[in-house]
Amino acid sequence: MHYLSPTTVDDAVAMLAAQTGDCRILAGGTDLLVRMKSGFAEPDAIVDIKRIEGMRDILHEDGGFRIGAGVSGAEMSENADLVAAWPGVVEAAGLIGSTQIQGRATMAGNLCNASPAADSVPAMVAANAVARIAGPNGQRDLPVAEVPTGPGKTSLAPGEFVTSIFLPARPDRSGDAYLRFIPRTEMDIAVVGCGVSVTLDENGTCTDARVALGAVAPTVILVPEAAEALIGTTLDDAVLEAVAKACSAAATPISDKRGTVEFRTHVAGVLARRATKIAKTRAGGK
Amino acid sequence: MALDSKSDLPQFKVVGTRPARPDGIDKVTGRARFGADMSAPGMLTGLILRSPHAHARIVSIDTSKAEALAGVHAVVTRKDFREITDDDFTADILDNCMAGAKALYDGHAIAAVAASSTKIAREALKLIDVTYEKLDHVTDVDEAIEDGAPVLHEGRSDETVPAGMSPNVLSRYEFGHGDPEEGLKNADHVVERTYKTEATHQGYIEPHACLAQMGPDGQGDLWVCTQGHYMVRNTCAAILGIEQGQLRVTASEIGGGFGGKTTLFLEPVALMLAKKSGRPVKMVMTRSEVLRATGPTASTSIDVKIGMTKDGKITAGFAEMRYQGGAYPGSPVEFGAMSAFAPYDLEHVKTIGWDIVTNRPKAAAYRAPGAPMAAFAVESAIDELARHFGLDPLEVRLKNAAREGTKASYGPTYPAIGLEATLRTAKDHPHWSAPLGENQGRGVACGFWFNFGGDTCVTLNITPDGTVTVSEGNPDIGGSRASMSMMAAEELGIPYEKVRTIVADTGSLGQNEVTDGSRVTFAVGLATIEAARAAKREMCKRAAMIWGIDEEAVEWVDGAAQPAGPNAGKFPPMTLAEIAETASNTGGPIAGHHEANPEGAGVSFATHMCDVEVDPDTGAAKILRYTVFQDAGKAIHPAYVEGQFQGGAAQGIGWALNEEYIYGDDGILQNAGFLDYRVPVASDLPMIDAVILEIPNPGHPYGVRGVGETSIVPPLAAVANAVSAAAGVRMTDLPMSPPKLLAALHAKG
Repeated sequence: MHYLSPTTVDDAVAMLAAQTGDCRILAGGTDLLVRMKSGFAEPDAIVDIKRIEGMRDILHEDGGFRIGAGVSGAEMSENADLVAAWPGVVEAAGLIGSTQIQGRATMAGNLCNASPAADSVPAMVAANAVARIAGPNGQRDLPVAEVPTGPGKTSLAPGEFVTSIFLPARPDRSGDAYLRFIPRTEMDIAVVGCGVSVTLDENGTCTDARVALGAVAPTVILVPEAAEALIGTTLDDAVLEAVAKACSAAATPISDKRGTVEFRTHVAGVLARRATKIAKTRAGGK
Repeated sequence: MALDSKSDLPQFKVVGTRPARPDGIDKVTGRARFGADMSAPGMLTGLILRSPHAHARIVSIDTSKAEALAGVHAVVTRKDFREITDDDFTADILDNCMAGAKALYDGHAIAAVAASSTKIAREALKLIDVTYEKLDHVTDVDEAIEDGAPVLHEGRSDETVPAGMSPNVLSRYEFGHGDPEEGLKNADHVVERTYKTEATHQGYIEPHACLAQMGPDGQGDLWVCTQGHYMVRNTCAAILGIEQGQLRVTASEIGGGFGGKTTLFLEPVALMLAKKSGRPVKMVMTRSEVLRATGPTASTSIDVKIGMTKDGKITAGFAEMRYQGGAYPGSPVEFGAMSAFAPYDLEHVKTIGWDIVTNRPKAAAYRAPGAPMAAFAVESAIDELARHFGLDPLEVRLKNAAREGTKASYGPTYPAIGLEATLRTAKDHPHWSAPLGENQGRGVACGFWFNFGGDTCVTLNITPDGTVTVSEGNPDIGGSRASMSMMAAEELGIPYEKVRTIVADTGSLGQNEVTDGSRVTFAVGLATIEAARAAKREMCKRAAMIWGIDEEAVEWVDGAAQPAGPNAGKFPPMTLAEIAETASNTGGPIAGHHEANPEGAGVSFATHMCDVEVDPDTGAAKILRYTVFQDAGKAIHPAYVEGQFQGGAAQGIGWALNEEYIYGDDGILQNAGFLDYRVPVASDLPMIDAVILEIPNPGHPYGVRGVGETSIVPPLAAVANAVSAAAGVRMTDLPMSPPKLLAALHAKG
């Protein structure tokens, strides 16, 4: 097995293009290394992208934030500007793994691992985040929602990898939140996850909203019906009930070892209601 | 505490204090050597190929390609082992370590390799070509006894099983006295329900590991993580057909066992690989292997019928219990049937237990094996009866509590026991009267465990500089080296720091029973005290020799020999160190030893109290408060006793709420990892309060009772009773995972 550690995006692209066997991208490694140790992955080569310039940076850009693909959850939690603008995204990334894992795990890795239960992805989709992708044909930007295509599968072409995640500028009176249901209190995987982002006007009326669900479909899903129910309202209890109904209706989960169809469908609505309340409070709503 | 009676006990100086454990610094600094930390020159890595099927006939195994791979030094299958025809118990252990004619569960060992690296060993496993003929399988305990259920073994049922039952039913047990049907006639209300519990794993943090060496001279050495290296020696010797004295086994530090390390999984295979390769072989299981192929406990299905008068008197108790113990005989149903009603003084009581096999890994002992599930069923029914009549559940238990002189449901008559004390202390505790909020509930439950003695051998040596070493033969799981040093120091009248206790290898001592049955502080403690007394007698003899007086005229007081009275002569006391210094001139080294199979391990009772909050929207149950009240007889090191109380409660809470073996329709284990096999994490639990009661055990010089197991018996029921109260719906099926609890809440409406 070859371990490759490029320092520029171009070198990384060239190295990936030169590999013929099973080649994997290494960011934090909290998924890949576990899979290798347990014998589920036996790559011929690993390209570690953490030493590429900019991969460990959180930069202000166009009023928003560009988060390098090597930035860990712990580093995000320590960036006060980012926490203030996107508390929901930061708390979602902060739910991945234990304290030790937090020093390694990245949102880009969480996205490309393409688990429908990935914690940071519903929050990113609700935030309308955009992934920047490098590859043999140059650089392209793709909404985060369009990166995963199914469990363990992404729309990335061979030789492509994510270099950063962009979180857009925040209008005033905006708030986001992410909640997941797990049977334990930590160190667990989402049975259902829900990310909500809202923007209010001066009267507290919702002008923009995005609601996304995790672990209730083969990929994280955006629920436009939930957003429609929110926009134009002051997010009162009746509206929250409509959001819960819309999310339960949008969920198409399976029954597995982590939960039943009935449980996930119901809890998708519960979490949507609760997350919307938190997002509303963060946006200054009453 | 007012309920304790300590009048007959000596005044302790060391016992009852909380010194640091001798293995503590090594463990927190990472210096302690666990099973996987051993290595030897020229060592190979051993790996096991495991069955991907729940039930299959092994048609053929072709190992030729694996053997031809460079770096592979040995490949082992069942053919390498001798046939064991005279001992079913050992034959089953071998078959579980290396499958014979059939793979009996997902993860069953089929073949093993030893290679110069892990990478080559993994590659070699892929080159072993196994032809399976898949068979129908069954993993559910109730389905296993239905007509037409897939059969694991023919002809293994014993004479207790009535004709016409499924061959998967291997034994029937019955205990009790009186006539429950008659007793039920006097009841004002009868609760009759079926309860189910899922299999749970002991969940020790350290996976099984060993390092084996087998020389051409027939001498073997084994370093292993185990609860009993003498058991490992004896069973490996039987399987390999060698003499016990030729195999030396050394126990490593142990990262938890809870009963799961009281049998063999890797060891005979590692020895066979070492023998075939002529090289040391190390084997270390992955977590997935631990969950798939080592002992969980039984899953159960239990019918209970209990009658009660309106003033809370139990008129009769009956339970019929079905335990599946995996693919081989020996589920813990007998202990379940014995312990189910053990806390109560009943005129009419009967339990029937059925031992059943399924296509699951063979159940191993798990902390009070068989008792927690039985207590869950019985204590849930008693709770339901108390609530039916609006009676205080602690009062109901007090009204029916077993006490000194009660004929136990499993036969014997109790000597002094502590159940009543735990109940009264619970009733007076602030936890019992603390207010509860919305969606919150409180549950209580009682539990019992037998405890055990067993073969024990201890040597205590006095060094020339007057320090003391104790050699005992039981791996230290719960701080037993500290406890032994404390008892030796107490008896010899010297400071704790002057004693060091080691766990000796099998060549150094006589036979020692496994660290099980909560036996070590009781039995090894008793032997340590007796060994110290023997050394004291010898030291008195040496002093008498020096003083030129009779041995009987010397007594041991505060760490020194002194004349026993004014008539014995006037000599200044001789300390242990002074006697040790001159030992060479007075007859040679001084040692004390004691060998015993002590009876008199006192039974232990506990009452647990638990507060829970249920989220009505998600079915999540949160443990708010938890208090353990348990009789320890005498707590040698109270911190470790509290640790045992807390540990048992934590494991029981996991069993009640989220831990379970989940099998797919294909009979494959779905959650062979700590992500989806959910033991509680620290943030899931409140600080568990431990209240130690001390009702001395007359069978031990200091009054010790075993404390390690009773603590896991009540929590399943205590949590279920609390959840049922909070949710307003009776939960009879464990675990009470959120999907199950939410469905029950929705069904209630």
